[in-house]
Amino acid sequence: MTAYPQIRSFGDTGFSIEFGDGIDRAVNAKVMALHAALKEADLPGVIETIPSFRALLVQYDPLRATRAELESQVRAMLPDLQAAERAGRLWRLPVCYDPDLAPDLAEVAERCNLSTDEVIARHTAGRFFVYMLGFMPGLAYMGGLDQALHLPRRSAPRLKVPPGSVAIAESMTTIYPWESPGGWHLIGRTPLKLFETARPEPILLAAGDEVTFAPISAEDYAAMVAEVEAGRFDYPALKVRS
Amino acid sequence: MSGGCFEVIAPGLTTSVQDRGRYGYQEQGMPVAGAMDGIALRLANALAGNAEGTAALEIGYLGPTLSVAAESVRVAFCGSAKLVLQPAGGGEPRGLKPWRSITLKRGDRLQVGSIEEGSIGYLAIAGGLAIAPFLDSLSTYTRAGLGGFEGRALKAGDRLPLALSQAPNGDELELADDAKAVYGSGPVRVVLGPQEDRFTARGIETFLAGSYMVTKEADRMGLRLDGPVIEHTNGADIASEGLVTGSIQVPGNGKPIILMADRQTTGGYTKIATVISADLPRVGQLRPGDAITFQAVGVAEAEAVRRAQEKAIAALIAGIRPAQPEFALDHSALYTENLISGMVDAKTGAWR
Repeated sequence: MTAYPQIRSFGDTGFSIEFGDGIDRAVNAKVMALHAALKEADLPGVIETIPSFRALLVQYDPLRATRAELESQVRAMLPDLQAAERAGRLWRLPVCYDPDLAPDLAEVAERCNLSTDEVIARHTAGRFFVYMLGFMPGLAYMGGLDQALHLPRRSAPRLKVPPGSVAIAESMTTIYPWESPGGWHLIGRTPLKLFETARPEPILLAAGDEVTFAPISAEDYAAMVAEVEAGRFDYPALKVRS
Repeated sequence: MSGGCFEVIAPGLTTSVQDRGRYGYQEQGMPVAGAMDGIALRLANALAGNAEGTAALEIGYLGPTLSVAAESVRVAFCGSAKLVLQPAGGGEPRGLKPWRSITLKRGDRLQVGSIEEGSIGYLAIAGGLAIAPFLDSLSTYTRAGLGGFEGRALKAGDRLPLALSQAPNGDELELADDAKAVYGSGPVRVVLGPQEDRFTARGIETFLAGSYMVTKEADRMGLRLDGPVIEHTNGADIASEGLVTGSIQVPGNGKPIILMADRQTTGGYTKIATVISADLPRVGQLRPGDAITFQAVGVAEAEAVRRAQEKAIAALIAGIRPAQPEFALDHSALYTENLISGMVDAKTGAWR
């Protein structure tokens, strides 16, 4: 049995604090609480902290602080962490589930013994939690997928997934911000750019955010793509809660 | 601010703008990128009279040919390559020494040859480049087309904007001592972990006793190694978590991968160890076919090694002295240049 929290070494530039096993909101709440506390504390020598499902990685400059100093400072903060499962912003993001934009929707429905409409209904009924970002700039791992939709990743990953693809695998959903290889099941497409250098904050989602999906028609999708491409799309209006 | 530019006559194999990296955005999945060899970047900048973290051109394997479209520009190259100056107006080409600054005039062409020892070098430009930073950094992350010069490696025909329209006043500078000593030698030092408990005792022993070779799959993202297979206790998958530059992942095939500047921010494979920060610059200089062995040290020792290295770098920089005002003729560079002149058009200097 592992006793948590557990500290792990990343050479002389990092260490992680692991709060538990598996993918779990209560464990992740502790990760996010320490992440926030360390941002607030702004300890000399800490470069940045990177939250993930169950661990927080502290990256530091070994010329400005030692691991021993930082570890004792972090350990001293642990008992007072306010690990409320508080969420950040709440987004309602448009998704088009039209078969032309959802190459795996029919297969997912078949494997889950559901109709495609039921798959869409279960996906749009979900309220997802952004556990972490990674893999590529702006890609959010969102937990909270309806149990009936849990499937392992595709055995043969695609070499090119179009940007904006909305995908599911295991207990997660995600949106690909970039064209990239990918092994998740593609069940829809958003007209949004999850990453846009022209925006003041290029990356739309952050760890701790909540996300719901609003189904849109192929016509609405095309209209929104035009607005997005013209740089006129009102991203802040997607926030249900700031 | 119009400072003129460098015209890229030939781009070299992989030349990109890099500084110390884009920190502060990893929680959003934004890779750090930045210089593979932070020591050479700093020394080049110090010789060019710049702040040590100023963005410079990182040159991989084969250097570019650049033409000066500014009144003058001072540069300094740190790395192991032959440099040839083709003066404006068609004078005799001259060999130049690396590890010192030189001032080029309008119409001069600077040809950076092949990197002979290691794999990369840095060309620092006095005053830096007139490029807007992206998320606080000029480092190029080519996989997403972000940062640096148009998010990519240089191409022939690019015009790289310079911050200054002419070289600053002052002496040319040179290093008084060889930089090699500060890189360290021998086995690459690592701290075991973070997932050392996911490997068998035999697996750890294999990793530390084995000799590995850098494969062809070696780039700014990471170095895949070939060698003895490292044994896991229970598979190679973990819940995705943050990474550092120097993290050594061991996926299911048991062959280690050292993650470098363009690594992803997170990963879901077990990591057996982490290269200590003092040894990252020399790992960054490895090329396919190079052998590599590892030696385990503790965190406190790794930190002490880094502090000692920093002292040595500071001493090297403090020892920078005025160089001879005239170009030092490097006969060996010229000789080599003549030998490979079949690759270079004598009139245009373009690579053939």
